[in-house]
Amino acid sequence: MAVTRHSDAVAPLRSAGPFTIWLGRHARTASSSFSRLVHQPFASLMIVLVIAVTLAIPAAMNLAIKNFTAISSGWDDALDFSVFLDTGVSASEAEALASLISQRADVDDVRLITAEQALAEFKEQSGFGSALDHLPDNPLPHTLVVRPSPANTPQSMTLLREELDSLPETALVQVDTEWVQRFHAILEIVRQAIMIGAGLLGAAIIVIIGNTIRLEIQNRRDEIEVTKLIGASNAFVRRPFLWSGFWFGLFGSALALGLVQYGLYLLQPTVTRLAGLYQSGVTMLTLDLRDSFAIIGIGVALGLVGSWLAAARHMRSIEPK
Amino acid sequence: MIQFENVTKRFPGGQEALSELTLSVDKGEMVFVTGHSGAGKSTLLKLIALIERPTSGQVIVDGQNTRRVRRRKIPGYRRQIGMVFQDHKLLYDRPVSENVALPLIIAGVSPRDAGKRVRAALDQVGLLHKEKKNPETLSAGEQQRVGIARAIVTRPKLLIADEPTGNLDPELSLEVMRIFRRFNEVGVTLLIASHDIALIDKLGCRRIELDEGRLQEPQFEDDLVVHFEDDYLPQGDDDGWR
Repeated sequence: MAVTRHSDAVAPLRSAGPFTIWLGRHARTASSSFSRLVHQPFASLMIVLVIAVTLAIPAAMNLAIKNFTAISSGWDDALDFSVFLDTGVSASEAEALASLISQRADVDDVRLITAEQALAEFKEQSGFGSALDHLPDNPLPHTLVVRPSPANTPQSMTLLREELDSLPETALVQVDTEWVQRFHAILEIVRQAIMIGAGLLGAAIIVIIGNTIRLEIQNRRDEIEVTKLIGASNAFVRRPFLWSGFWFGLFGSALALGLVQYGLYLLQPTVTRLAGLYQSGVTMLTLDLRDSFAIIGIGVALGLVGSWLAAARHMRSIEPK
Repeated sequence: MIQFENVTKRFPGGQEALSELTLSVDKGEMVFVTGHSGAGKSTLLKLIALIERPTSGQVIVDGQNTRRVRRRKIPGYRRQIGMVFQDHKLLYDRPVSENVALPLIIAGVSPRDAGKRVRAALDQVGLLHKEKKNPETLSAGEQQRVGIARAIVTRPKLLIADEPTGNLDPELSLEVMRIFRRFNEVGVTLLIASHDIALIDKLGCRRIELDEGRLQEPQFEDDLVVHFEDDYLPQGDDDGWR
């Protein structure tokens, strides 16, 4: 008759160690939050898809920028010097000089563009054609296009340039880096624009997840109220919602990774053909392990921030009456 | 166990639910709070559960002045008290056993230990055979017993109940009271708000009567007291009882 009939009923309330409790609670909440998502497959999938697309866009653009940067950095090494010779230098002298310079260890190749060739090319390309025929003399000098060897360091490049400049036949040495620098500047602007865009999209993800969690909190208002009534702390009632946010972020970013990889897969044949045309070792940079972890990490962090904001804002207002 | 000292509770509208109320409930007592609806019974229980705070005066529960329990400490405080509600406040998205286990889960008891205690608590209210059922499929009386099992699963020293028999017919009400009585026999202090004076008088417990937030001397009619005995109880179809 007595309540103490069962030995279980009188056993002291045994709690495990704080860490074990914490771990066990989280494991259970994580799995129950997960099964909650699975029970609403359509709604969950929509949110995950929105997050994935929102994450995939900046990730893909960032990857594109990385690829352009990698390709253009190759151009820096293969910069040619244009050595304009004095107008008094004859074609044969220029040829002799060309073969002399080409013997240098830090030079790969020297090409002579004679004044006549240069004029013909200029006529063709400038459209001044017949006007140039009226010139009494060819105003253009012979030019040596010097290709430094790839082994050069920036210091030895400077040295090479100075030595070419100090040759008695040299009028001017021009290093045509400006357009590369402009290209890099443009890339940098695009990169920054993408970062700003990514920031905005990140904020959008926080809002999306926050709103989803807010709706879930409203749906489970009674449950929250009852659990608070029987002694649940804010942290306890918040936990399942944080886990929901975590799962949304995790699956959204994983799907984003998949989308980017699929995009790369679609681009692969085109890039291979392009590389073939250039007969160069142009290979596409793909997402490495670090990038992948970064995307997942960002997705999870945004999920947690979004759900935390929603939970912190709405949880306090739900108090038992 | 419970002391009210000049407790006044005024709601924002200016309406006074409790006025200068002083009372005390000893350890191990089983006391009923009676009165018409609106007399302040619920408010009294809410002050004990810290769902409301007194406007003035002090409420001391188990030696602890509730005024000193800070907002963040309220959950821990509530876990020491078992609460039973008129509308059961069960969660219908999970089976009976998980409803009863909830206070243990909140307290961080390992699921294995929780399972044993849940079964023990359900056994005490005669519902062990319904542990896997959804509370929605249970009768009102059974749902209330699930609510009681949830309230006692952490073995609180104090149990408060707000109109626990409000939705039950007399037979089921008596059954619920019998369960309460058994907890009282093993030392649990109970404070039960009810307006079912006939039932209370049968139990012969102390009665605190409220009228417009003030104490009223209860009219106790000695000859109405029937001593509580098992064979008095209706024999239902509770195969869970032994």
